[in-house]
Amino acid sequence: MNRTQKIIRGVVLGVGAFVFLFPFYYMVVGSLQASPDPTVAGAFPNPANLTLDNYAAINGRIDLLQGLVNSGIFAGGVILGTVVFGVLVGYALAQLQWRGRGVTFALALLVQVVPFQLLMIPLYVLIARDYGLADNYLGMILPFAINSTAVIVFRQYFLQLPKELFDAARIDGAGELKLLWSIALPLVRPALLTVVLLTFIGPWNEFLWPFLVTKDAALQPLAVSLANYLSNVASSAANPFGAILAGACVLAAPAVLIFILFQRHFVSTNIGSGVKG
Amino acid sequence: MSTVATRKPSVGTPIPADGGPARSRRKRRQILGRNPIGMLFSAPYLLFVLAVFAYPLVFAVWMSFHDYFFAAPGAQIDRAFVGLDNFREVLSDPAIIRSFGNVGIFLLINVPLTVVLSLVLATALNKAVRFRTFLRVAYFVPYITASVAVVGVWLFLFNGSGLVNQLLGPLAPSPTWLINSAWAMPIIALFVTWKQLGFFILLYLAALQNVSEELYEAASTDGAGKIRSFFSITVPGVRPATVLVLLLATVTGANLFTEPYLLTGGGGPNGASTSPVLLMYQRGIEQGSPDTAAAIGVLLVIGVLIIAFVQRKLAGGDES
Repeated sequence: MNRTQKIIRGVVLGVGAFVFLFPFYYMVVGSLQASPDPTVAGAFPNPANLTLDNYAAINGRIDLLQGLVNSGIFAGGVILGTVVFGVLVGYALAQLQWRGRGVTFALALLVQVVPFQLLMIPLYVLIARDYGLADNYLGMILPFAINSTAVIVFRQYFLQLPKELFDAARIDGAGELKLLWSIALPLVRPALLTVVLLTFIGPWNEFLWPFLVTKDAALQPLAVSLANYLSNVASSAANPFGAILAGACVLAAPAVLIFILFQRHFVSTNIGSGVKG
Repeated sequence: MSTVATRKPSVGTPIPADGGPARSRRKRRQILGRNPIGMLFSAPYLLFVLAVFAYPLVFAVWMSFHDYFFAAPGAQIDRAFVGLDNFREVLSDPAIIRSFGNVGIFLLINVPLTVVLSLVLATALNKAVRFRTFLRVAYFVPYITASVAVVGVWLFLFNGSGLVNQLLGPLAPSPTWLINSAWAMPIIALFVTWKQLGFFILLYLAALQNVSEELYEAASTDGAGKIRSFFSITVPGVRPATVLVLLLATVTGANLFTEPYLLTGGGGPNGASTSPVLLMYQRGIEQGSPDTAAAIGVLLVIGVLIIAFVQRKLAGGDES
């Protein structure tokens, strides 16, 4: 490879990184400015203009801590349902033979192409109206309770375990639940972490569904309360952009931190296999 | 195509001639399979799929053919069958037609941009030696951040006196980007491209690992330049991934809701950036006509299926 090509590649990659990261840098800088400075100079923070007031201002309008707790309960419920029931069905699909296995696997693939927009109205009618689960954590969690992508990833990992391992234990008279718990699960522990991380991102960032079913501010995940602030209240605030960006930092921080800490678990092949099935 | 591993049913142990319990066990095995407990393990998931996907799917289609409205829970109401009335109403509403046109504009900008940029960046990243981890993290960060959070920054960047206009000076459009009916939809398309690109770069990175290095070496000995081998080896080599990227980008575009709701204050200016899903929310839930909303949903899904089919034909998905 010659020098010019190396330079061109470096420039392309560098410009890409700048375009992806600059808005995040600007988000943090903007959230710390006492008065909004949209000029080019404003991108380089002036220490005299920095303050934490915006965080206090947004916290006065929407309860940030309560929002984080609600987002956490929402994401936690989805992770719990996905790990418990997803592992069970993933194991059954990979290591057990039973009538309906092929159909179940086909369903798990099919579900991924069913568009949520078509389900949105009937789910709202059923969950919020018929079952009375509006303004309820259960109603928030229910449509996402078991992540089908996770089911397929679990199946993929259990398929890689040698059959002989299980056959030997079966001859010794171990029940399937015990096999799953003490042989299969310990072997796929790294995969489990990957799935938990991937599952976390979905509900943590989800806006449309919790927005539809929660009208009670005390139950809203942070994404919903921040969006409501953005579209209704912001115009009446002293430094609206500062407050919005402060809220945005609080909402983005957990997901970004988890991603950076565990970035080597977000391997392309995992995501690829999850999508391609 | 993914391969579904199917195991041949194992030949059972020879059964005693007198039948008895062994035969009934064999029979049960034939009907339920060797490990019937698998059904028990899968029951919660199957129930979930039934309750959250299958039933609502049927309900949505049913709703679009009936006169459906919200009523007190438990009230018995006769929902009259109205045939294609809901669809007629949808198709004669200029606002709804416009929202479908907006998705068309969105897809025309978003899909080609996504495919080209993610393939170029993935190819560059694949050969990069230094800063690989840093670059991978940088590209993926927008994808894992909530739309609601990054919308805040984009509003700050693109408002009338925002940084983008400061940089452009006299070149800035008037009225400014998000309240300009010609620019609102392209900015939304740009936003979504930027946010989703990291995911597609990762898909292409995975696909690039399957392109044989020998092909590049052979091309190089034959005197082909880097650009030539990119178009004759890389692009055809990742075609299956391209088919997937096209499909996923289209589905994401059809699902558009958060961005027009927040970036352009609910699809403004004057409906220049409304999306069908936004209208489904406004008509179905805010204005209380879920039947109209269901009809929009059915039409939207049919549209996505048609686009996906055409893309598959054009991109040569049969080979993948």
